[in-house]
Amino acid sequence: MAAVMYIRDTLQGYGIVSRLFHWIMAIAIFGLFALGVWMVTLDYYSPYYNAAPNFHRSLGILVLIALLVRWLWRAANVRPSSEELSPFERKAAHVTHAGFYVLLLALLISGYLISTPDGQPIDVFGWFEVPSIVQARGLESSAGYVHRIIAYVVMALAVLHTLAALKHHFINRDRILNRMWSGPARPAINPEEESH
Amino acid sequence: MKIVKTAFAVAALASALSTAATAADYVVDTKNAHASINFRIKHLGFSWLAGRFDKFTGTFSYDDKNPDASKVKIEIDTASVDTNHAERDKHLRAADLLDTDKFPTATFESTSVKSSGPEKATVSGKLTLHGVTKDIVIETQRVGGGKDPWGGYRDGFTGTTTLKLADFGISRDLGPFSKEVELTLDLEGIKQ
Repeated sequence: MAAVMYIRDTLQGYGIVSRLFHWIMAIAIFGLFALGVWMVTLDYYSPYYNAAPNFHRSLGILVLIALLVRWLWRAANVRPSSEELSPFERKAAHVTHAGFYVLLLALLISGYLISTPDGQPIDVFGWFEVPSIVQARGLESSAGYVHRIIAYVVMALAVLHTLAALKHHFINRDRILNRMWSGPARPAINPEEESH
Repeated sequence: MKIVKTAFAVAALASALSTAATAADYVVDTKNAHASINFRIKHLGFSWLAGRFDKFTGTFSYDDKNPDASKVKIEIDTASVDTNHAERDKHLRAADLLDTDKFPTATFESTSVKSSGPEKATVSGKLTLHGVTKDIVIETQRVGGGKDPWGGYRDGFTGTTTLKLADFGISRDLGPFSKEVELTLDLEGIKQ
């Protein structure tokens, strides 16, 4: 099968850039959640007591950067058509996807605010530093509450999102999951292009 | 008869006022931060980690003729803990350490003061920390006192004590070298 690699999104599905953003960020976000839940239980003498939060902070900053770039990329691309969805499904999908952007932004910023209100920067894997912008006494504790609550809400939304995608794939047997996994279907209406 | 009663009452009132005047009441000058509550705890047994409580209030009474009649009361906002590291301060406030949501205030109230030398005293009292009230002893030294340059009168003290975290139900294991914390109170009071 001659694979047609789309960089940009089309009406039929997502290009390679959007798909990589989606799957790499999905893995990173689930990883951050698991790491976060685990690292707060560590004993002070655990060899991971400092390494785990260092990794969590660094990866979190990279996801924050990826989120912003992905949002720009999304704005600069066409939305794949969702004609196979009912009006309710379309609305629900829209709310869920918009919810991810808003909640992830709040989640990542609240995480940044746990580490930086003392004026210290965040060191990202030793590659670069993100400086402290807001210094306020006690901000780290309020940021911590927000960070924890939003993390659970994001995970709940991710479960919903996953169940919806699986339902479309296995019950409705439509292309909703495929367009994010393998990209747009090969164009069948234009046989000349296919024969390249 | 009525006149006699009144005379007694006046005399009693006068004597009450005069004793109140000799053991003067002071308010700890937290407003202009001439007071601090600092602590230090060993880190891994390698060094001392220092911190403080930024917000607290206090009052004391003190009479240099009769120091043993002194009294002191301190209220500390536990969430104001500050070790110059945001993530650590967040952890100190959390449920496995100071649990400041549940126990937002720590108080110390003296029960007895015994002179232990010139300008020195052993202050016994009850410390409530993390919801647990225990008798503690603060070794106290008077630093100085007198008229300040702005028309007021001040007296200042420094006191130290050592607390076992487990005594106050703080069970988080910080390691074998970090079971006790040294507390230093520097209090300057303004005579009211």
